[in-house]
Amino acid sequence: MNGFNLSRSICTRQLLQTKRRRKITEFEPRIIVFACNWCTYAAADIAGTSRIQYPHNVRIIRVMCSGMIDPIYVLRAFERGADGVIVAGCNYTDCHYIDGPVKCDVMFEKLGKCIHTLGLEDERLRRELISTSEGTIFAKVIKDMVNQLKKLGPSPFRKKVKS
Amino acid sequence: MTLEDIIKETKTYYCLECGKCSSICPISRHNPSYSPRLMLEKALNGFEGDLINDQELFSCLSCYNCLLRCPADVDYPLFMQKVRALASAQGKYGVPAHSGTLQSLMRLMSNPAIEQRRLEWLSDEYRISEKADILFFVGCAPYFESVLDFKTGALDIAKDSLKILNALGIEPMVLADEKCCGHDLLWTGDVKTFRKLAEHNARIIKESGAKKIIFSCPEGYRTFKFDYPHYVDLDCELQHITEFLAENMGKGKLNFKEAKKKVTYQDPCRLGRHLGVYEQPRKLIEAIPGIELTEMEHIRDESICCGTSAWTNCDAYSKQIRTERLLEAKATGAEMLITACPKCQIHFKCAMVSKGEERGPDVEMDVMDIVNLVASALGDNGSE
Repeated sequence: MNGFNLSRSICTRQLLQTKRRRKITEFEPRIIVFACNWCTYAAADIAGTSRIQYPHNVRIIRVMCSGMIDPIYVLRAFERGADGVIVAGCNYTDCHYIDGPVKCDVMFEKLGKCIHTLGLEDERLRRELISTSEGTIFAKVIKDMVNQLKKLGPSPFRKKVKS
Repeated sequence: MTLEDIIKETKTYYCLECGKCSSICPISRHNPSYSPRLMLEKALNGFEGDLINDQELFSCLSCYNCLLRCPADVDYPLFMQKVRALASAQGKYGVPAHSGTLQSLMRLMSNPAIEQRRLEWLSDEYRISEKADILFFVGCAPYFESVLDFKTGALDIAKDSLKILNALGIEPMVLADEKCCGHDLLWTGDVKTFRKLAEHNARIIKESGAKKIIFSCPEGYRTFKFDYPHYVDLDCELQHITEFLAENMGKGKLNFKEAKKKVTYQDPCRLGRHLGVYEQPRKLIEAIPGIELTEMEHIRDESICCGTSAWTNCDAYSKQIRTERLLEAKATGAEMLITACPKCQIHFKCAMVSKGEERGPDVEMDVMDIVNLVASALGDNGSE
C-alpha cells in the first residue's frame, strides 16, 4: 500500500470514528456551494484565513465563472442527496468575463421554476453575490442557510440515497 | 437480457442485408457513419463490444421508417431500445441534449417522496373534475417551459386541450401527482427508472378510477400503449386528443369561427408511423372553415422526422434534418406548420433559433400544435 492510500484510509477511519463518537442525533444539512473562482471562492478563502467561524456543512465546488454553471450541476447535486445548493458568484460589476452573473441569473430563474415544479422548497436553492473581500458575508450566508435547512429538514432525495 | 435474446426477440436474424433501412433512415441520409444495417450486422456477427461502444448507438430516432420498409420485418427500433438498455447497464450513454437536464428531472421525479407542484398553471378558466371517466394526461409540459431557452408553447397545448374538452362539455380529471411517462428514459436505456415511473403512473391511474386517458403528446400515448403492457398492468382506453376530437366533433357543440389561413401538417413519427393516426388530424384541420391544408412532399408514412428523439444525440445532422423539413414546409407556400407533438414543435422552433442567423428567413415559419389551432378557431358559443 503506498503512502497516499494509507493516509486516505487513516482519514476515512478517523472520519468514521468522529461520526460514531458524535452519534449524529441532530440533522446536519449537506450544502453544495458553486463558487466563482474570482470572487466567492476568494471570499471563502478570506473567511478561512481570517479565522471566521462558519458551519462545516458546506462542500465548495470551484467554477471559473458563475455564468458557466449549468442547471444539470445543481440538479445532479440534488439527485445525489444535497439538502441545499448555493449558486454564488461576483457582483454584476466585478465579473472577470463581463456578463457571467447575468447569464447565471437567467439560468437560475429557469432552474428555480424547475425545482419549484418538482416540489422542492424554494429555500433549498439560493443565489448569492459575494465579492472577493466579503469573507464575513460568506460566513453569514452559510450560517443562515444551515439554520434555514435545519428548519426544513432533509431533502426528499437524500432519503433515497441513504436507503 | 443478453444480445442473443435481443436478436431473438426482435427477429434480427431475418435480416436480408438489403439495406433498405439504411437508405430510408433520415440520420443515414446526413450522417454517413451511421447505418442501421451495419448495426444489425455487428449484432449478428457477435461484435457486441463494437455495437455497445459505437458512438452512433444513441443516434437512432426510432422514427419507424426502417420498420415499415423492412421486407423481413426486423424490429430495428425495438432492437435499438434493448441494445441501449444493455449499453447503459455498462455505463455507456449517448450525448444528452441540454446537458441531460431533462433526464435528470425525470430521475428526480421517479422518487416516491416528492410532491410535485405541476398544476400551478391551472386557472379557474379551465373546468376539471375530481372524479370522472375521462383523464387528461398532461405529461412533461410544465417542465419544458422552465428548462428550455425559448418559448416552447408546450404548456399552451395542455391549456388549449382542456379548453377544447370543456367546450365539448367534458370536465376531465387531471392528476396532480402524475409523473413523466418515461418514454425518454426507456429509449435512452434507463429501464430501472422507467419501471418506477410506469408503476407509479399505473397505480395512481388505477386509484383514480379513470376509464379513458386522453393524451396531447403522442410520445406518452405510444409509451402507454406499447411499452407499459410489458411492465405494468393498466386497463384503460387510450386516445390521442386528435382521435378523440375527430370522433366527437359532430356530437358536441364545437362551433368554429372562420379563420383564413394556409397551413401544412407534419405527421409526428410517434403519432403517424407508430400508432397509425394519419386521418384524424387532417379531418380536424379541414373541419375548421377557411383553413386550407396543403400537403408537403413527404407525408403520412413517408413523413420526415423532426430530427431528435428522447433528448439525446442532438447534433448538426439533427439540425440538417429539421432544416430540410422546414424548407419542405416553406415550399408548400403555407403560412403555418401544424404538428401534433410538443417535441416536434420544440425542435422546429429550436432549428429556427439557431439556424436563424445562417439561413435567415429561409426556415422561419410559424409552428403551432393542432390543439392550439383548434382552440384558437373555437367560436364564442363553443367556449361556453
